[in-house]
Amino acid sequence: MGAAVAKDGLRRNNEVPMLEVKNLHVTVDGKQILNGLDLTVNKGEVHAIMGPNGSGKSTLSYVMAGKPGYEATQGQILLDGEDLLTMEPDERAAKGLFLAFQYPLEIPGVATMTFLRTALNAQRKKRGQDELSTPAFLKLVRDAAAKLEIDPEMLRRGVNVGFSGGEKKRNEVLQMALLEPRLCVLDETDSGLDIDALKIVSDGVNRLRSPDRAMVVITHYQRLLEHIVPDVVHVLSRGRIVRSGGKELALELEARGYAEYQQEEAALAS
Amino acid sequence: MNAEIIPVKTGAELAFAEAFAAAKAALPGDRAVAALREAALRDFNTTGLPSRRVEQWHYTDLRAMLRDAKPLAAAPDAAAKARADEAGRLVGDIDARRLVFVDGVFVPELSDLANLSAGLIVRPMAQALAAGDPLVARHLGKVAPPEAEGVVSLNTALMRDGALIHVVKGATVERPIHLVFAATGQKPASVFTRSLVVVEDGARAMFIESHDAAEGRQVNTALELVVGDKAHVDHVKITAGPDDLIHVSSLMAAIGAQAHLNAFAFNIGGGVVRNQTFVRFDGEGTVAGLRGATLLKGKQHVDSTLMVDHKAGGCQSREVFASVLDDESRSVFQGKIVVRPHAQKTDARMMTRSLLLSDNAEANSKPELEIFADDVQCGHGATAGALDEDLRFYLMARGIPKADAEALLVQAFVGEAVEGIEHAGLRDALMAQVAAWLKARRS
Repeated sequence: MGAAVAKDGLRRNNEVPMLEVKNLHVTVDGKQILNGLDLTVNKGEVHAIMGPNGSGKSTLSYVMAGKPGYEATQGQILLDGEDLLTMEPDERAAKGLFLAFQYPLEIPGVATMTFLRTALNAQRKKRGQDELSTPAFLKLVRDAAAKLEIDPEMLRRGVNVGFSGGEKKRNEVLQMALLEPRLCVLDETDSGLDIDALKIVSDGVNRLRSPDRAMVVITHYQRLLEHIVPDVVHVLSRGRIVRSGGKELALELEARGYAEYQQEEAALAS
Repeated sequence: MNAEIIPVKTGAELAFAEAFAAAKAALPGDRAVAALREAALRDFNTTGLPSRRVEQWHYTDLRAMLRDAKPLAAAPDAAAKARADEAGRLVGDIDARRLVFVDGVFVPELSDLANLSAGLIVRPMAQALAAGDPLVARHLGKVAPPEAEGVVSLNTALMRDGALIHVVKGATVERPIHLVFAATGQKPASVFTRSLVVVEDGARAMFIESHDAAEGRQVNTALELVVGDKAHVDHVKITAGPDDLIHVSSLMAAIGAQAHLNAFAFNIGGGVVRNQTFVRFDGEGTVAGLRGATLLKGKQHVDSTLMVDHKAGGCQSREVFASVLDDESRSVFQGKIVVRPHAQKTDARMMTRSLLLSDNAEANSKPELEIFADDVQCGHGATAGALDEDLRFYLMARGIPKADAEALLVQAFVGEAVEGIEHAGLRDALMAQVAAWLKARRS
């Protein structure tokens, strides 16, 4: 493992990679969406996954998190060497995986505070840690919310109920900040955000960058990557990664579009 | 040729008639009450126990469900009273004035009749019936449903005790009044309780009824509620009990003008439970909220049937009922809103929602509107479905185990209806019961 298998020719160290996706095939409703996807992410790195609509970006995020209906027919998703595919979604979260949803759901009747506290304590329990005391929890949430300019009054409401698109995305980043995952997967976090909200959300994400944490940023547009600057950019097309490069690849995609990758795939298939 | 079907009387129907003949001399009441009982028994003998041939009982065939009538309950002994002291826990530790009924009989030593606030008069129904209390003469049996109701007739014939509560004009009763109905005797029995609550013009009070029972009980309870003009009444009924409990309850309310009624029914036990509510708007500008939450498991059957009669115009009615069904349980919701020809500007809305936690559970919903006025706003809705898989996934993706995620969603579902209760402590107590129910489901 390690340096020898670096398919994309990018920098590698000798540690076990944080995330290794190997030959992943996924079907949804009987339709093959991912088709032998390989991806290696080392700790401390931020990888961007770009690609045209329908290339399988969201499928990758959902199958990593364990959404029902997303069936891996072949391959592995290893987080710190453990296969996530055999785990329930909550076990994956406790292992340190966090998916920031493209469309965060509204949960009427479950107060955001209750939700955050239940999630945090469930993860702590699975890791053999004590539950947080109420004052400690409240301080943690207040500080994290303040950094994301979230009005504490909103946390009393049902999860995401009556939140604007931008507020929902900020709430996702708030959860990420509180749960302190090892691997963050951000699915189209920029969609539906205006410039100001994009900045707040990106700053929130950037504060979480650390040598011990990795991120996979899924996006259609290069715009988000001006704020969250990736170490590696991958192009996803028809269910597999067809090209990888440095952050300049995102600019190239922005300028030239995805057409050639779709053509390339078509040529390969013929 | 007309073939009129005269059903053969069931064993239970005959047994009730016999029980009445044997007990009538001992049942409380003056001559007028005795006549009321006799008339009610004649009505019962005509209608019999309601069966599925009766539209309002289509989903709850009481005639088939109640095959054997239990004997009338004996007066409670010391042991039964001692066990009843535990009853009433259903409402948590909220501060309320307790009136305790054991096997249908008022027990003064377990009740709190001291220091009644000004304008509050409480009397055991047996005593009021015997003494010819003017409120009994004036109201009892007068807030009845519009059509003959076999179970109400049977209750009138066999009523033994209950509460007569009178809140005089303009009085405000701060402490909720908690009617604790416990059936804790040794032997299987049938219990008939009847209460009358009169809240006069401009008065305000909150009433809580909690019903719990030992094994082998058949309970038929009825409460008539008279709400005066500009009065404000909260009524919360909680029903629990073992799987063989048959509990039939009739809440009959007549409301004056510019008044407020906020009623809630919480069901968390019993084998067969029928809560029927009849509300009549007699005066204009009144607001009534009728809400309920039901948690069912095993083979429980809970029926919530409402009949909202907008006789007067300019009134608002709101119904929100939520049911959570597990295992092979069955829920019934029937809500009928009638808007009479002159009841213009009526605003009536009814919503029922069922959450099915099991493939074998069954939710029946039947909203009905009968509108005879042309300037009204009426609406109804009904939903039934499983837990939202996407919401569960979202919660699980944050590290919350499946069972906890489902519990959060069920609590949220029930909570929306429970929010309708104004008393915060009672809301918390009921939500604690929901949490306990969910915990028991998982273990």
